[in-house]
Amino acid sequence: MKRFFAQTYLWLLLAMLYAPIVIIAIFSFTEAKVLGNWTGFSTKLYTSLFSGGVHHSLLSAIENTLIIAIVAAALSTLLGSVAAIGIHNLRGHKKIVMNTLNNIPMLNPDIITGISLFLLFVSLGITQGYATVILAHVAFCTPYVVLCIIPRLQQMNPDIYEAALDLGATPFQAMRKVIIPEIKPGMISGFILAFTLSIDDFAVTIFTIGTGGLETLSTYIYADARKGGLTPELRPLSTIIFATVLLLLIIINVRSQRAAKKKEALVK
Amino acid sequence: MGESNFIIELSHISKCYGDKCVLDDVSLFVKKGEFVTILGPSGCGKTTLLKILAGFGTATSGEIKIAGADITDVPPHLRPVNTVFQRYALFPHLNVYDNIAFGLKLKKVKQDEIDARVRKALKMVGMTDYEWRDVNSLSGGQQQRVAIARAIINRPQVLLLDEPLAALDLKMRKDMQMELKDMHKTLGITFVYVTHDQEEALTLSDTIVVMSEGKVQQIGTPTDIYNEPVNSFVADFIGESNILNGEMIRDRVVKFMDREFECVDEGFGENSPVDVVIRPEDVYIMARTDSGMFDGVVQSCIFKGVHYEMTVLTPNGYEIMIQDYNAFEVGQEVSMIVKPSDIHVMRKERICNTFEGKMIDSTHVEILGAQFLCNEVADALEGESVVVEVPFNKVELMDNKEDGQQVGDVRFILYKGDHYHLTVRTADGENIYVDTTDVWDDGDIVGIKIQADDIVIKRKQ
Repeated sequence: MKRFFAQTYLWLLLAMLYAPIVIIAIFSFTEAKVLGNWTGFSTKLYTSLFSGGVHHSLLSAIENTLIIAIVAAALSTLLGSVAAIGIHNLRGHKKIVMNTLNNIPMLNPDIITGISLFLLFVSLGITQGYATVILAHVAFCTPYVVLCIIPRLQQMNPDIYEAALDLGATPFQAMRKVIIPEIKPGMISGFILAFTLSIDDFAVTIFTIGTGGLETLSTYIYADARKGGLTPELRPLSTIIFATVLLLLIIINVRSQRAAKKKEALVK
Repeated sequence: MGESNFIIELSHISKCYGDKCVLDDVSLFVKKGEFVTILGPSGCGKTTLLKILAGFGTATSGEIKIAGADITDVPPHLRPVNTVFQRYALFPHLNVYDNIAFGLKLKKVKQDEIDARVRKALKMVGMTDYEWRDVNSLSGGQQQRVAIARAIINRPQVLLLDEPLAALDLKMRKDMQMELKDMHKTLGITFVYVTHDQEEALTLSDTIVVMSEGKVQQIGTPTDIYNEPVNSFVADFIGESNILNGEMIRDRVVKFMDREFECVDEGFGENSPVDVVIRPEDVYIMARTDSGMFDGVVQSCIFKGVHYEMTVLTPNGYEIMIQDYNAFEVGQEVSMIVKPSDIHVMRKERICNTFEGKMIDSTHVEILGAQFLCNEVADALEGESVVVEVPFNKVELMDNKEDGQQVGDVRFILYKGDHYHLTVRTADGENIYVDTTDVWDDGDIVGIKIQADDIVIKRKQ
């Protein structure tokens, strides 16, 4: 009996978590303008999503979002890696201070980050647009990358950098041939995290995107919803994004399981 | 200077953090092809010295030459030395082959030469056919072999080994010791080996450098170090020994355990205090006879495989450790003989604690970073610097650190037959030496107390 309740509770919980996504996915295969009306199976929304024309602005918003996410994730991975190595090599008091300074932006509400960056750009007289959104995203993604890489550095045998120098590597070669391969998994997960944070950010983006007509997915949806009703094509779009994320997750999990199995086999 | 025979010349190396020096004026000269071991307890500065030699750390002062070239400021990747690390430090993302070939690839050596040299290096360390294995799948011993291969393949002028066997189990350690010695012979490379294991040092080395507290205590062959230790630290650290307080009556006569003994040492001056060292295997023990030099009662007897180790208590309260092939029962009355040549006499490093102090007022003096009450010094000036002497046996140690005038931790314990001679490091980093019959452990935190009457103040004039 106890088991029955536990199971029911679990399934109810999962249903509540996934119901909205499932509903969107189901209703992406019908033509009805209003969500909730089923007018028969159709893939028209999918074709019209990619056909341009009326929805040209949606497509360009997707494009902007992806470009911003990739550039911001790449830049913050680069900055974050260097910062993590720097923090790792600090000693005592300084290390604690730097770690805390790194953690504060993550706890800071996005809205505050957004407003303060907006004020910064305005006071410096920088025209807002692509560059400011990317800079803003780099600013809030970098601490997460640092947090992904520091554990890898802590697990690393501290002597291997010296060992590389000892074998004739210049400090730069030692970094490239020994340290980077060691922290690579951290850099990859940092990149993915930064990428997803950037894609779904709204609060910071809205304050730094300017008035030049640049739209990302989140600002587009926001504007769209305010105009009255959501564009029906958002349904297939949400479904595609969800499916992609699901696929990525499955790939990452399978890969890490394979790596773990391989390691286990080697130890034996 | 001209040509020198030395491959390594370390002159006056010091390494200090603030006023604390981990290395204090260390000089060391190593001949080409020598197997030199730097031996000392943990924290003696031996690893720091090796790091300075490898270039991972810089000395505060001093000069390093390798093969006649000054490399004091040369970065590690340009030094003609390679290091074998204690925790192997293999590159986990590379296989055995790529780990070993790492140095050669950086030097842009041709691929077929790299292949040949990797195979040769693997053969040398007994790991043929392991090229394509993942280094994480190897045992500790195998990993260390790969680490050695990775270092020697570069044909360094000097191979530095930082406790390379410390992480291995006993059996593997013994095997690897022999292999290292063979390797040293075959390669003809100079080895500088760091260890805290005195047995390992005695087995492997041509020359041993004994270090303690950042200073070189003695440099010599294993036989010299064992048979002629220069001070009580070396005697205690290398092998087992009985170390006793003594007095050199005149040349060739030394008094200890309240009795005069004939010895072979000369030139200490008359009636000068000395340390006497007798190795436990150099004491001849027999059932009580009149022809013994001194008598005693067996306190304990333990079988050690080849010999028995016994402690004997003399009537005047000295405990002597003896190793002999014959066992004597506990409680048995025995007599002992020591040959004059087996009595090693060493000048005492100090006979009294001596500190630089400062007068606070006429009845208070500041030493060891704390205030101590002292007998009145007539017209002492405030802040006047003085020399303060405190006899070893007048320093009281307290369990409760609050009960003392200063706090310290026990750093080194020497058993002197009837009492312990302790080195206590005070909170301000100075050493105070204490004679006591109480038992303390290494690392104990103690309160230090000195009575006013026991503080002797000497004014500088």
